[in-house]
Amino acid sequence: MSVHTPAPDLPPPSTEVGVIGWLRQNLFSSWLNSFWTLLAIYIIYLTIPPLVSWALLDANWFGSDRTSCDANPDGACWVFINVRFSQFMYGFYPASEYWRIDLAGILLVAMMVPLFLQRFRYKAWLAAAILLVYPVIAFQLFSGGLFGLLPVETTRWGGLMLTLVLSGVGIVASLPIGIVLALGRRSKMPIVRSVSVVFIELWRGVPLITVLFMASVMLPLFLPEGTHFDKLLRAMIGIVLFQSAYMAEVVRGGLQAIPKGQFEAAEALGLSYWKSMGLIILPQALKMVIPGIVNTFIALFKDTTLVLIIGLFDLLAMIQAGFTDTKWLGFAIEGYVFAALIYWIFCFSMSRYSQSLEKKLHTGHAR
Amino acid sequence: MAAKQQAHSAPSKAALWRRPIFRSVLFQALLILGVISFGYYLFNNTLQNLEQRGISTGFGFLSQEAGFGVVMSLIPFSEVSSYWDTFIVGLLNTLLVSILGIIFATAIGFLMGVARLSRNWLIAKLAAVYIETFRNIPLLLQIMFWYFAVLQPLPGPRQSINVTDMLFLNNRGLYLPAPVFEPGFGWVMAALGAAIVIVVLMVRWMHRQQEETGKIYHTVYASLAILIGLPLLMFLFAGSPLAWDFPALKGFNFKGGMVMIPELAALLLALSIYTGTFIAEAVRSGILAVSHGQTEAAYALGLRPGVTLRLVVIPQAMRVIIPQLTSQYLNLTKNSSLATAVGYPDLVAVFAGTTLNQTGQAVEVIAMTMAVYLIISLSISMFMNWYNKRKQLVER
Repeated sequence: MSVHTPAPDLPPPSTEVGVIGWLRQNLFSSWLNSFWTLLAIYIIYLTIPPLVSWALLDANWFGSDRTSCDANPDGACWVFINVRFSQFMYGFYPASEYWRIDLAGILLVAMMVPLFLQRFRYKAWLAAAILLVYPVIAFQLFSGGLFGLLPVETTRWGGLMLTLVLSGVGIVASLPIGIVLALGRRSKMPIVRSVSVVFIELWRGVPLITVLFMASVMLPLFLPEGTHFDKLLRAMIGIVLFQSAYMAEVVRGGLQAIPKGQFEAAEALGLSYWKSMGLIILPQALKMVIPGIVNTFIALFKDTTLVLIIGLFDLLAMIQAGFTDTKWLGFAIEGYVFAALIYWIFCFSMSRYSQSLEKKLHTGHAR
Repeated sequence: MAAKQQAHSAPSKAALWRRPIFRSVLFQALLILGVISFGYYLFNNTLQNLEQRGISTGFGFLSQEAGFGVVMSLIPFSEVSSYWDTFIVGLLNTLLVSILGIIFATAIGFLMGVARLSRNWLIAKLAAVYIETFRNIPLLLQIMFWYFAVLQPLPGPRQSINVTDMLFLNNRGLYLPAPVFEPGFGWVMAALGAAIVIVVLMVRWMHRQQEETGKIYHTVYASLAILIGLPLLMFLFAGSPLAWDFPALKGFNFKGGMVMIPELAALLLALSIYTGTFIAEAVRSGILAVSHGQTEAAYALGLRPGVTLRLVVIPQAMRVIIPQLTSQYLNLTKNSSLATAVGYPDLVAVFAGTTLNQTGQAVEVIAMTMAVYLIISLSISMFMNWYNKRKQLVER
């Protein structure tokens, strides 16, 4: 008796698996699709090779002046960036004092690292220290005066450092104001609610540039005679007012997502308003809106470029000043590409971080 | 405290300052007092400061002669025009760039949003690269890039880039042929209006017929024919009352045609590319929000892919897309104020810039500027609320 042995499976057709299969499925599944693929390849062919040869292969990397760039005008002139690099980073800060900015930066990174460690148990305390203690230290380091540090006026702050200072202050100061406004908007007291609504909608309804104009032109009018504000502080006030309104809306989103039972349970336990908010509602709501906070931070980070219009020298303004200098006229593209790269790295990594957080935090309230 | 309360036979009333009502009234009264006194303090300081600087308050300055020129204006404007005219010029320029920007950004956004969801791997990746690149670069940087690095280094009018003798691109701007409407063109526009009315009525009627009898009418080709044919017939009948005015190099500059100044071009490019990325993301999230079951159910009912897309997917996706879209339109309008960085004469550059510097009427000028943006954004958010109410899912 012969035992039936099934014939072995045939391998799948070579057009359905492997590289060819992938190509067929993803690039050439139909005539139309093939057309789009060819079009895309053509676009890539048009843009990428010239870009690579301009930015990398033909580029001028080393030197101390523009002679090599003038000799080879087909490539990018990264010499310009090289020579001006420290100004782009530190603005007009005295070169002998750069270490203070570096130290503040290293300190911040060192304080942030434990926040990302799973095992670290005192995250809340550390976060509080970063929000409350660190700004004082950083301010002392930057402006000097104490402990024999050379005083540096805020007019000399600039470059990437100023961009980071502005966005850091913007986010740290606007968070508490935003929380209060969000609570106010959800309050049962009609006057508190309307005051918060008016404040929030007022700042959200106007462009940041008018807020900055207002801060730089009108603040001196609003205050008693003789009060002197420096330009940086005025810009910061404008940014914080503007940003706190956006922050309030983000926090409100979190508050609205908390189930009503949580409020009722807190009330049933006899907690006062502030206790129930501080111990029950806000910890949950804030955790939920961390991605939203990161997103507003990204927007703020990009918006800090506007301070160049009211005459502060942030990264973009330093670059602008760099290529309008007669020594480096004509290297606008290099300058802008460099600035764009820096902004892009910061914003892109933050947005990826916020996306991963969103995924991580998403589990909590899933049913 | 608890023991003390238990000692009473009847629960005593809480002390006055512990009653919620009293607290709420007190707190709100304090808040009002605080807000009013703060406002009064600012107001007083401002009055004193203005007096000190010899600036009279009030809107009287608006009727004074402005005495400066503006690069581009949609209404007749000269040095003898008043400050009020500068306000109008700025406002119209803001609206112009916003509307053009909204049109381009929507086109780019929808295209890229759909492309990112394409089944073609390469197209999807290209769209993703576009979105992730331009979304993460500050808008101001992009505006300045287009203006200072691309458009300004263009050759002068004599060496301008010539596209088939109709378009000319140089560092003074983009020169386009301008339509010249001759008498009789009004009839063509009237015909177009009539065609629109007819199509709307026809579609409505056929829709009602379909609901009553179940018979499907195809309205697309018929309405296209009416929309194009009726004005075209009128156009030929009226003797082609439309001519084109081509730009031509005369002396040192171009004469004739329309010109899009480089400031406007840079602003428009940057605004539409930047906002396009956000619109693309909105479109993508809207389409992804329609669950796959909806498409499958439509197929199971026997609907063809095109009909499924039109009747099932798009209406549901729009519910997610429209709110995000309007907020992006609003952002675009507000962001158009960055015009001041490249000197496009929008509301902020002309009115809150030059006019403010010349008159020193900071309070009035800034207040008027902010009021314009506030009115725009409040009316858009009112529209949004109305739309949301209309389109809300009616749950049974």
